[in-house]
Amino acid sequence: MNFDFSEDQKLLQKTAREYLEKHCPVATARAVLEGGEPFARRLWAEIGELGWLATAVPTSFGGAGFGALELCLLAYELGRALAPVPFSSTAYLAIEALLVAGSEEQKARFLPELATGTKIGTLAFVETPGRTPFRNLETRVEHGRLHGKKLVVPDAVAADLAVVVAREGDRTVLAVAELASDRVRRVPLASIDPSRPVGSLEFRGASCEVLAESGEDVVAHVFDRAAALFAFEQLGGAERAFASTREYCLERYAFGRPVASFQAIKHRFADLFVGLELARSNAYYAAWALAEAPEELRFAAPNARIAASEVFELASTEMIQLHGGVGFTWEYDCHLFYRRAKALGLVLGSPRFWKDLLVRRLAGPADS
Amino acid sequence: MDFRDTPEEAAFRAEARAWLEKNARALRPGARRAATQSRADADTVRRAKEWQARKAAAGWACLTWPREYGGRSLPPIYSVIWNQEESRFDTPPNLFAIGQGMLGPTIMAHGTEEQKKRYLPPMLRGEEIWCQLFSEPGAGSDLAALRTSAVRDGDHWVLNGQKTWTSGAHYSKWGMILTRTDPDAPKHEGITYFIVDMESPGIEIRPIRQMNGEANFNEVFFTDVRVPDSNRVGEVNGGWKAALTTLMNERAALGSGFAGPTFEDLLELCRTTLVDGRPAWEDASVRVRLADFYVRWKGLQYTNYRLLTALSRGTTPGPEASIGKLVAARLRQEMASFAADLQEAARRASRGRVAGGRNLAAVLPRGSRTPVGRGHRRDSAQHHRGAGARPSRGNSRGQGHPLPAATARARLNAAGERPRYRADARQKLDKVPGAR
Repeated sequence: MNFDFSEDQKLLQKTAREYLEKHCPVATARAVLEGGEPFARRLWAEIGELGWLATAVPTSFGGAGFGALELCLLAYELGRALAPVPFSSTAYLAIEALLVAGSEEQKARFLPELATGTKIGTLAFVETPGRTPFRNLETRVEHGRLHGKKLVVPDAVAADLAVVVAREGDRTVLAVAELASDRVRRVPLASIDPSRPVGSLEFRGASCEVLAESGEDVVAHVFDRAAALFAFEQLGGAERAFASTREYCLERYAFGRPVASFQAIKHRFADLFVGLELARSNAYYAAWALAEAPEELRFAAPNARIAASEVFELASTEMIQLHGGVGFTWEYDCHLFYRRAKALGLVLGSPRFWKDLLVRRLAGPADS
Repeated sequence: MDFRDTPEEAAFRAEARAWLEKNARALRPGARRAATQSRADADTVRRAKEWQARKAAAGWACLTWPREYGGRSLPPIYSVIWNQEESRFDTPPNLFAIGQGMLGPTIMAHGTEEQKKRYLPPMLRGEEIWCQLFSEPGAGSDLAALRTSAVRDGDHWVLNGQKTWTSGAHYSKWGMILTRTDPDAPKHEGITYFIVDMESPGIEIRPIRQMNGEANFNEVFFTDVRVPDSNRVGEVNGGWKAALTTLMNERAALGSGFAGPTFEDLLELCRTTLVDGRPAWEDASVRVRLADFYVRWKGLQYTNYRLLTALSRGTTPGPEASIGKLVAARLRQEMASFAADLQEAARRASRGRVAGGRNLAAVLPRGSRTPVGRGHRRDSAQHHRGAGARPSRGNSRGQGHPLPAATARARLNAAGERPRYRADARQKLDKVPGAR
């Protein structure tokens, strides 16, 4: 057994961290949040040139040919930087869906542009709030055309193409649709984290292409893979929130002592540290399942997703509390972390959804 | 990154399993092996020693110890594999972990050649059991504040004082003890480490009765106990260094072996407990709690794997080594409490006392959502909220708990005499509370 990333992988992570510390300070997320752009365009272009989107894409489709472990580490660093770019939509959702479900021909057609960032991708699945995203669908494919409406689609306004979970006959399918069409209506939605904007997509007979491998199981598998990758992004955000709160509490004095020296504060940090390390271990296991042991993913992915969602939310709310009065001001960064934690915790179904799914898989019949 | 056995590990696992199948009985389904030290009566001690001797003879003892001391110089993962395999068999409790896991390595690092030759082989073969005499009533968290004294008298030392929380003192042949040898030195610098014969005159061992009526720990009193200087480990007043070796090994040795229900037990209970004719896990509130347990359970297990990976690379574990200590005990308590509440809820439902039939959420305790990483702070809030609700749900009638009140009372009464026994009356071992 070897439960750690390799030296090469750690080197990649270090390089990514150094790059992002220089080119993506937290002010970048704030600028997108306060400005009119849906994402940081320059950062996006550079990330595309650096080949980050291509990380887990096979070289035959224009990728870098690394694996899932490398992508996990990049996700971690992007999360740590609160990077305001459609990386997750493109890499964990669209590219992963195509890798899992596309035919060779479909991969060859769609992946190269996604892998360079020339095109932005996303996955559209939510229809009715609270409903399982791949059952009882109303969005449908008929004669190669999409009809229906999807809500809270990540990066809906920025994306060039969407993989859409839909129904064809009585079968659940994944369909790819180009979004620059007058048969697609896009509406930005006001949301808690405008540095990761969401929108609705309405398809009025837009042309689409059904991916070769479809069905509920395939959609569930795409979800599992994305959940594991999102977990790393959440973990990165949580770790940064923890670290910068710790720094603040070491520097801030009350009653002549650093705030961090009070036992009541130490206990909160200890709780947070424990949560972080447990979430990290669960995420590592999911990374391994992603790369090497697909049969483990149906338990490992929900596990990582739940732990990471909860710990990022905890870290960001504690960040606000431990900063005291300034913690809820616009000027301090705490709310940026809180927004991101909320947004990432819901983007792929809430922790509650994943808990339900996890235990159904653990306790239910093998095929559920 | 790889969680699967390497080919060498897989071969080792197969070999271990084959040997166990030949030499031990498989555990009955649903049964669990006895916890480490509980109910260690004379017969249990005898069986534990025999089993250890057989393992040692076949080369399965102290796998991580260097070859020169009888081990196999294997990385820690092999001990884990062995333990995983052995846990499927009905073998006696391990009474040797403190010696082999903590004190043996200390003797290897700081003992003399004579000490290594004399003590390590019988420790490995399970012929002599060891206990660790560190904590005192006023020096536990601040161990270096200890006051038990050792005063030189020719080629002997004379020990006086009291130790506490000593696991297995009543069946141990040897103890490793920290003593104060220079009361005027700074507290870390006046400490000397000894090996003490637990059968020496002047040692009195008193069991500490626990809330479950058993007594796995002891207080140990020293009155003019004579220890030869040849039993000193390390320099005079230099014992703290050796103590740190023990403590480092303790941190690595603990954290995995906790008694109590496993997640798999709990899941099985939720599968088989019927509420209104349907398995409990089909209730949404039960699923949420199960998932919370699973996330922490697996998080602990994988954190342990990360530690093992670090250890096998020769890295010293950092603060994450303390996570097991912080999480495991509370997690087991919460799982056990949930199991008891679930059974009670099912019983009430079967009597038609739960409004809405399967609405378990109305019966299970509040605070059913226990987020990962929220430890004592959140839980103390739960206690306040739950305080009014819990006892009223039939617990006062002694129902709905795994250990009915009558049984618990009987055990407490049996232990009530609080026997005192001296080292020279060790045949009275069976009087240890909880021995039956």
